Amino acid sequence: MNSIVRILACTCLLLAFATQLLPQNTQPREAKSPAPQSTAAPTPSPAPTPGPGGTSFPNADPFPSTYKPFPRRTTLIRNVTILTAAGPTISNGSVLLRDGKIAAVGTSVAAPPDALVIDGSGKYVTPGLIDVHSHIGDYPAPGGDANSDGNEATNPVTANVWAEHSVWPQDPQIPRALAGGLTTMQVLPGSANLIGGRSVVLKLVPSRTVQGMKFPGAKYGLKMACGENPKRVYQQRGPSTRMGNVAGYRAAWIQAEGYRRKWDAWNATHKGDAPGRDLGLETLSEVLRGNILVHNHCYRADEMAQMIDIAKEFGYKIRAFHHSVEAYKVADLLKANDIGAAEWADWGAFKMEANDSIKANLAITDAFGARTMIHSDSALGAQRLNQEVAKAMYAGRASGIMVTEDQAIRWLTINPAWALGLDDKIGSIEAGKNADVVLWSGNPFSIYSKAEKVWIDGALLYDRSDTERWRTDFELGNVKENN
Amino acid sequence: MRKLLFAAVLLGAVSASAAAQTIAITNGKVYPVSGAPINSGTVLIRDGVIVAVGTNVTIPANATKIDATGKIVTPGLINSTTELGVIEIDQVRATNDVAARGENNVAASFKVWDGLNPSSVLFVPTRNEGVTTAAIFPQGGLISGQAAVIDLVAGPAANMIRRAPVAMIAQVNNTTAAGTTAHGELIGKLRTLFDDAKFYFQRRVDYERAATRTLIARRDDLEALIPVIEGRMLLIIDANRMDEIDAALALARDYRLKIAISSGAEAWLCADRLAAARVPVLVGAMNNIPSSFATLNQRQDNAALLRRAGVTVVLVSNNDGGESRFNARNIKYEAGSAVAYGMSYDDALRAITLAPAELFGVSDRIGSLQAGRDANIVVWSGDPFEFSTQVEHVFIRGREAKEPSRQDMLIERYKPKR
Repeated sequence: MNSIVRILACTCLLLAFATQLLPQNTQPREAKSPAPQSTAAPTPSPAPTPGPGGTSFPNADPFPSTYKPFPRRTTLIRNVTILTAAGPTISNGSVLLRDGKIAAVGTSVAAPPDALVIDGSGKYVTPGLIDVHSHIGDYPAPGGDANSDGNEATNPVTANVWAEHSVWPQDPQIPRALAGGLTTMQVLPGSANLIGGRSVVLKLVPSRTVQGMKFPGAKYGLKMACGENPKRVYQQRGPSTRMGNVAGYRAAWIQAEGYRRKWDAWNATHKGDAPGRDLGLETLSEVLRGNILVHNHCYRADEMAQMIDIAKEFGYKIRAFHHSVEAYKVADLLKANDIGAAEWADWGAFKMEANDSIKANLAITDAFGARTMIHSDSALGAQRLNQEVAKAMYAGRASGIMVTEDQAIRWLTINPAWALGLDDKIGSIEAGKNADVVLWSGNPFSIYSKAEKVWIDGALLYDRSDTERWRTDFELGNVKENN
Repeated sequence: MRKLLFAAVLLGAVSASAAAQTIAITNGKVYPVSGAPINSGTVLIRDGVIVAVGTNVTIPANATKIDATGKIVTPGLINSTTELGVIEIDQVRATNDVAARGENNVAASFKVWDGLNPSSVLFVPTRNEGVTTAAIFPQGGLISGQAAVIDLVAGPAANMIRRAPVAMIAQVNNTTAAGTTAHGELIGKLRTLFDDAKFYFQRRVDYERAATRTLIARRDDLEALIPVIEGRMLLIIDANRMDEIDAALALARDYRLKIAISSGAEAWLCADRLAAARVPVLVGAMNNIPSSFATLNQRQDNAALLRRAGVTVVLVSNNDGGESRFNARNIKYEAGSAVAYGMSYDDALRAITLAPAELFGVSDRIGSLQAGRDANIVVWSGDPFEFSTQVEHVFIRGREAKEPSRQDMLIERYKPKR
């Protein structure tokens, strides 16, 4: 209910903005945006409420989601083991999907007369998997210069770019990730830059446009990167050191803080000329206002501690550290600051800052109470996040840290949902949640198990037994059909 | 003389490290790989060598007994395409010894094991997870150089090397790395190279007198190619697209080369030709992404389809995440994935044990559990391909090889204290 109101509020702001622009400016909106003129402004509204999916005035939601749920029918999966991510495993349980939501879950759920009933004997149900770190779409397959759209490596701070403007909806990696049980992913700009730009949260659905994949109401993220990548990419022009990196973040936040104050002051009164717009500072201001979540690529423990101090200096929050190979060394600090840790199961030593990788990273981070999650950063890894979590879970146990399947499922679902600010909608099998559900052929922590069916908002988007399944435009003719 | 120069150097198997010790692994489910699985079998090891495998093995009184009831016993796994010991940290230049400069993109004389660093901290975690043996491959260029097979035991390097060289490494899928701009040019360059190696071989005296035309490669590289053109040394050709694989098969036919295909993304499209030519393929089982225009038909059941057509398959990794170095330990998951996508269990186990041992000419020593073989053996708590399984014992040349890795030390330092 609340979210509907907020969407409307947001849409209104957008419309107001658009109408005020049109008479004065015949340029298409993609052209350099002029500052809104107060003379043409409609009645000043109160300070804008940050809208879901959008942000504050004036840049509320210029590329709104056009996602519509796919055709669906009431479905009951019964006699199945359910890893709920909200409580203990339900053996011999049932889950009812109706009108795009999980309508009921438990050991005795009656099948409505119109329901398609699926027998899940010997099988498992989990929430749809969520990957908080993907470059699918902005580094699509096949790779190469023509498709390399993930790093705007032209300036160490490119807060002005948005990952969604690079996403190719015909990337064949999308249906393949869906087939691995992935239902939601955050696509981020790459890590060449100190501040790489805005992320976008997408559903893994066929669409001609990226707008058609955008998760309605999802907040934007801001990609930041620590350590080796920025200083390597900008070796010649700087930053070329870690201290240069830190100076770069702080300089950007100082600018953003000034910009935010100017705009907040003007928004409060709408008196006089509006300040000039700057896309990058607009994004950073929205971080300072708490409307955009910070996703910070950061391997080393000591750098995470420094990034936490920078966030405190400028009054923003870091939502999650990604690639946090050394999260296990500062798990207490992450816990104390309520920062998530997005980790690989076992990647390491591909560069110096990844050298202290341990397979017990997730288990130790979790044992300290920090919000722990798997992530892929790989279109292959995204197809088997459940297996990555299996490695991490058993590595924890081998190190003497008991991790149950009920804990480990959270690393795949509700914890990444939290990192995206979507844990009220997805990430667990609970009545009222979106019906993003995976039916697995067996225990999802076995190497032999596969996702058999995947539902998004109650619609069956993937069915392993369906030979006519979704193929991207690119695959037609290029990839053999029996593949 | 020439034979002496190029004969593969066999080292290591009977090294000083093989201690006089008798070990009996009893009551396990034994997968000899060279034969059918044995329930409640015993493997007897003496002085680093397997002396008996079966259900009726007399256990000497002095034997150290390892009860493997409910466990699985397999040969030590072989990861066939690694950079273990020649790349420590990929992006730290000083630890990267995998690619030679060569000349004109040919580095046939490059022996990658000459840079093997026995102190690499990657060996311990790899063997702790059941990999006892690895092939190390050079990279880059048109001809990358020569590969070796090493056991993951303590140094010096000479102690680790089981056989070197085991293969010459080449590629037909990267025109840029070959110093060319078209596939046809790349293939032509290879033909010229083999022609010149033959020419050099036949007219070496003239060559020394500088009485020949200029040849395409350096003297030492031509020299190194002689066993290849004589069909004595395996040539592993990296090829992905169907036509690249067929081009490699044509080269093998025309020059009578002994080849294998690596990468082989579209090998399943030439499965019958590969089977007819008896050309083994080194492929992975975890990649189905059309990640380049040469791999549009990459699929996860490639290995299974090749086996079904009768092709010899060696499983290697084509997953992301340092699977040839830091995660060389994950080769077992490649096998499990192959099974999930249609390969038989026995074939998958063979593809990471005996099949690579045969490919690299070391199957008389490793790759199976038989009397007379070196005792490279793993005792698993359960199915070796499953995530839930732990390695309980690893023997390399008869010695228990499990020990805390650097990663284990970090875990001990940082895990919550009770």
